[in-house]
Amino acid sequence: MNPVILAAAAPGVTADFSQETIWASIVKAVLIVVFLLTSVLFAIWFERKVVARMQVRPGPNWHGPFGLLQSLADAMKLLLKEDLTVTRADRFVYLLAPMISVFCSLLVFAVIPFGPSLPFPWTDWTTPAQLTDFPVAILYVLAAASLGVYGIVLGGWASGSTYPLLGSVRSTAQVISYELAMGLSLVSVFIMAGSMSTSQIVDSQTQIWWFIPLAPAFVIYVISMIGETNRLPFDLPEAEGELVSGYMTEYSSMKFAWFFLAEYINMLNVSAVAVTLFLGGWRAPVPDGFLGGALNEGWLPILWFLVKLWGVMFFFVWVRGTLLRLRYDQFMVFGWKVLIPVALGWVVVLAVVQWLQRIQGVTFLDFIPWIVGGAIVFIAIMWFWPEKKEAPPGADADKEPVDAFAGGFPVPPLPGEKLPPSKRFGKEVHGE
Amino acid sequence: MTPTGLEISGGETVLFWVIAPLMVLAALGLLFVKRAVHAAMCLVFVMVSMAILYIAQEAPFLGVVQVVVYTGAVMMLFLFVLMLVGVDASDSLTETIRGQRWIGLLIGIGLAAVLGGVVANAAFPPARGLEGGDPGGVANPQALARVLFGDYVLAMEAVGVLLVTAAVGALVLTHRRRLTPRKTQESVAEARIKALPDGVILTPLPSPGVYARSNAMDTPALGPDGEQVPQSVSRVLRIRGQERPAPHGPAVVVSTSTAREKTGSTRGTTASATTESERDA
Repeated sequence: MNPVILAAAAPGVTADFSQETIWASIVKAVLIVVFLLTSVLFAIWFERKVVARMQVRPGPNWHGPFGLLQSLADAMKLLLKEDLTVTRADRFVYLLAPMISVFCSLLVFAVIPFGPSLPFPWTDWTTPAQLTDFPVAILYVLAAASLGVYGIVLGGWASGSTYPLLGSVRSTAQVISYELAMGLSLVSVFIMAGSMSTSQIVDSQTQIWWFIPLAPAFVIYVISMIGETNRLPFDLPEAEGELVSGYMTEYSSMKFAWFFLAEYINMLNVSAVAVTLFLGGWRAPVPDGFLGGALNEGWLPILWFLVKLWGVMFFFVWVRGTLLRLRYDQFMVFGWKVLIPVALGWVVVLAVVQWLQRIQGVTFLDFIPWIVGGAIVFIAIMWFWPEKKEAPPGADADKEPVDAFAGGFPVPPLPGEKLPPSKRFGKEVHGE
Repeated sequence: MTPTGLEISGGETVLFWVIAPLMVLAALGLLFVKRAVHAAMCLVFVMVSMAILYIAQEAPFLGVVQVVVYTGAVMMLFLFVLMLVGVDASDSLTETIRGQRWIGLLIGIGLAAVLGGVVANAAFPPARGLEGGDPGGVANPQALARVLFGDYVLAMEAVGVLLVTAAVGALVLTHRRRLTPRKTQESVAEARIKALPDGVILTPLPSPGVYARSNAMDTPALGPDGEQVPQSVSRVLRIRGQERPAPHGPAVVVSTSTAREKTGSTRGTTASATTESERDA
């Protein structure tokens, strides 16, 4: 029943929860929530300040030192604003949706390790720097993320208005598409680490962080994590040029603030997952055994974790300050025709290579002739591949339009036939 | 049906008695709520609660996969379809098959009787927990993988082939051959350049009401020369004849007439829009 007991008994989990008491868990849970809320306040300031620097302007600099209290002032403003409820809204779901968003975003950090086991001075008592861990911790993160989307979808639906509905439909399609690619990119880490528990995955990165050997999976993860969090250039559910602000158009005051909070916590979540799975987790950026491993013990690893976390957050802001929003069809084509096939192919290649290396005992040198041979064959095929002949422009312009009502019944055109232009097409107000 | 041989912790009992009645309520809600999205929400609640119970019974993999697959993917697709087909469409109560209510009722009673009989006659062996009865630890993913891809590999592959066939079948059945060449950004740009002599404007059109007396949707913008730009008002409004008539005053009236002279048939006025809409009707 108790996840703590579960973790202690479960195989494939490195963190030792045997000394954990219920009070330690409660304190950790409270600390995580406090950490997330203050991080969000900091993240808003951080984003505004960094984007401002990229656009050569000072950014918020009035309230507090370096404008640090600006987001606190913004939060107070949101709290004190009038709370509107749209007449056509489905009241219960309208209120429930932002709650689902925030609740699900708070779940993820329970399995993120901030560090190894923490010693407490003058006692024998140690505790892992994470709330809990179990053999399927990363799947739990995916589950929490997929539940969080319900907040967006239901919020858009319950508003009873067109723009929010369009935003939430977009968001559904987007999340289904990009979660597939994200899951597939995580699979390669599972294959290499041999586990889905976060503490074990961090433990498997003593020699090398996974983002180097698994670079393609890392790139796919980074792209899909931006898609998952609805951030630029993938913020189509709230594209302000097209949908006002998408699913949260009809929300104001505290309910809007909840959506806002969930969005930033989700950014922190996916960044923390990226750090844990690909960037070595809480491990110091030094070779294994440096200073006798002193940098990876005690309370210091929390610092490395936070530095890496904010490094990824900086990347988020950097991308936002650099790239333009994609068109919706291009975005879906990119997800389904590029990301998912590449991720699938990468998992197959990795699984085959791992099978050869671990089960068949093939060494890396044995692969070289195969890789070179494969490259030569590929180049040869591409060399002799016939060029695609383009139809000359205006080829179909001289074709006679077919009579769609030839036999008295409407008949759809066959391939190569041309329909007469619709009577409603391009109707314009004429001056005559 | 109280299991013997294994002590169930107080926490688990409390969890069960909190979640189970809520699940039953939500399951009943699924049958009795009016709106489709509310029914979907009830189903989501039942699924998530079931996942919590799975995890409480030391099957974290099953619980998490239940949420990821059913709640995250399947129900999300359901919601997607509900939203696309119109969320407020009320169900039609006409019978398409004659007597289907009575047939449905009979079959329902039969199913209830069968299920009730099975549940009433079921005998549970004493609960052993995972430590006693599950030496390989099927709850953990590695042992589960060994069972699925070792003992049942043929069944897994058969299911995989079936699902791929279904997906490919759906693609083939909904596939349409492209009859006209695909419009790309390049071809659209070329077409617009080609149509330049016919009076098509290359730059984006001004929004309605720019520099005009009001910024309402139906007020034509004023160009840099002070002339009205009729294209700034939505085509639909112009065809319907709902464009705001030009305000009285010498400057605007003159400019409207000059606009008509300059561009001939491509630019329109309110009067002609009305005639066109009448012709349509």
